[in-house]
Amino acid sequence: MILSGENVSIKNLVATLLGVCLLMISSNTPAELTVEISKSVESNVSIAIVPFGGTQPGENLGSIVAADLHRSGRFKILPDSQMPERPHTPDEVHFDAWKSLGQDNLVIGQVKQTGTDQYSAEFQLFDAVRGTQLVSTSLSFASSDSRRTAHRIADLIYKQLTGEDGAFATRIAYVSVSSADGAKGRRYMLQVADADGYNPQTIVGSPEPIMSPAWSPDGKKIAYVSFENKRSAIYMQNLASKDRQKVSELPGINGAPAWSPDGTQLAMTLSKDGNPEIYIMTLANRSLRRVTDHFAIDTEPTWTKDGSQLVFTSDRGGKPQLYSVSSNGGQPERITYEGDYNARGVFSPDGKSLSLVHGNGGDYRIAVLDIASKQLRVLSSGRLDESPSFAPNGSMILYASQNGKAGLSTVSSNGKVKENLSSSGNEMREPAWSP
Amino acid sequence: MKFIQIAALLLIASICASGCSSSGRTKPGGMGSEFGNAGDGSVNGNYGSAGAQSNGYSVDDQSGPLAKRIIYFVYDSNEVQPEYMPIVTNHANYLASNRGKTVVLEGHADERGSPEYNIALGEQRAQSVAKLMKLQGVGEAQIQIVSFGEEKAAVSGHDENAWQQNRRVEINYTEH
Repeated sequence: MILSGENVSIKNLVATLLGVCLLMISSNTPAELTVEISKSVESNVSIAIVPFGGTQPGENLGSIVAADLHRSGRFKILPDSQMPERPHTPDEVHFDAWKSLGQDNLVIGQVKQTGTDQYSAEFQLFDAVRGTQLVSTSLSFASSDSRRTAHRIADLIYKQLTGEDGAFATRIAYVSVSSADGAKGRRYMLQVADADGYNPQTIVGSPEPIMSPAWSPDGKKIAYVSFENKRSAIYMQNLASKDRQKVSELPGINGAPAWSPDGTQLAMTLSKDGNPEIYIMTLANRSLRRVTDHFAIDTEPTWTKDGSQLVFTSDRGGKPQLYSVSSNGGQPERITYEGDYNARGVFSPDGKSLSLVHGNGGDYRIAVLDIASKQLRVLSSGRLDESPSFAPNGSMILYASQNGKAGLSTVSSNGKVKENLSSSGNEMREPAWSP
Repeated sequence: MKFIQIAALLLIASICASGCSSSGRTKPGGMGSEFGNAGDGSVNGNYGSAGAQSNGYSVDDQSGPLAKRIIYFVYDSNEVQPEYMPIVTNHANYLASNRGKTVVLEGHADERGSPEYNIALGEQRAQSVAKLMKLQGVGEAQIQIVSFGEEKAAVSGHDENAWQQNRRVEINYTEH
């Protein structure tokens, strides 16, 4: 049974429009990136985040916190325009005013300059109903770390209110493609940015395609596929030192690298023996062992949390579907049956579900398969959605979408909130969320 | 000579039929039956004349039999459609009689679905073309295969019109 995640009522549409207004008014969004909320469904926990007081080195920290919490799909954010007051310190708060608006929680804060390019952000989270303080913390930062500081504040609030770790201060990797000179002048760049798409840094660039970035479990390295020698090869690059190593450049396909949970092995697709098969490389000695053996396409391996099994895409049944197999090899078992196209499975951090590309009736969407119940739930609503990747806390899924141009989108794992992150110039594809 | 041509055709037909059905992609009324019809003589004659022609043509001749270098595919299929067989044959004949020439068969897919699956699909398409060429006498060492999947679209756009031009194998000569 397929459960659609698109239950947008009029009430929710109003909430969406208010959300857009909130962002238009309060965010000082850089030209390079636009955040567009395309779907928003009312969430249970209401929270008001007052724009922080004091001179901000960049965008208002409170606005960044509000955008982060909204994207998670777990909160109903009060628009700035409906705020009864703009307190920055605890003694300025009148809880009755917030309580009468139905606000469960309130966040206030202020930024102070403490030295040359030295700032401190002090914030408080209150239970607005009881009028009690839940968190009060001060974080110091340099101006270049202003957005990251806001993400850390969002993490602290998220943790306090949900009991789960936040994932706002994490990073994403993706492939950015510029085509200023048309198809012949394409340039492919592997970039790493903040989880909300800001502060992009180029890790490697090439006139030939770059694909399939995969973070090492410790977050220090990225494995990826590059066609810089006019054929595919898998590389592994250290983000801090930029040092990189070629891992595999065998005849045919070298693709779909996936780190084992302990970081010692890399599963990959190789077609050196004639057609695409799943192999596992032990990184210490570069030895290869073959996992699958079938004349059909076998590709896109992903590891179970305990490393004992792999899930991969195969068209051995005629259409691409997901199969699982022991990481020591053996007889694969089909695990998807619904729809005529299921590919690119990735496990959620808790290992209880798989996100995948689900094709049905000509549309390709991001779905989540619950392993225990085998229930498939379609979360995205595009025509050409692909490359799903879970946030490290499992709360959101990042994926590639097509909205006139290839861009990145996030959807909360409960399907309630969907957002597009897109840069004004380049196409963005194949995202991967850091650990 | 005639016998060899017929034998080659039968071999191609049987390999394609088995290859396609084993990967589950044979469409009803697809390649097998159409090859049967073609075997009646029309394509056979075509094979002969194309071979004779292309031997005397340069790869650079824009109006010659080697001018067409792109083979298009249907969705999620690696099956060479009968209408593109003459293109494959023209290049195969040329390569078979010019052993110093080499090609890179570049496989591509449309943008739909998963990028790494599309890399695999593009490679299978290029392999289908390579298999047909080898059956017509092209040497193993004359053919290289690379798949770019959906990464290098020939045509931008997100509809069937663009997609059908992107599901392709390009025959690119590496030596002239």
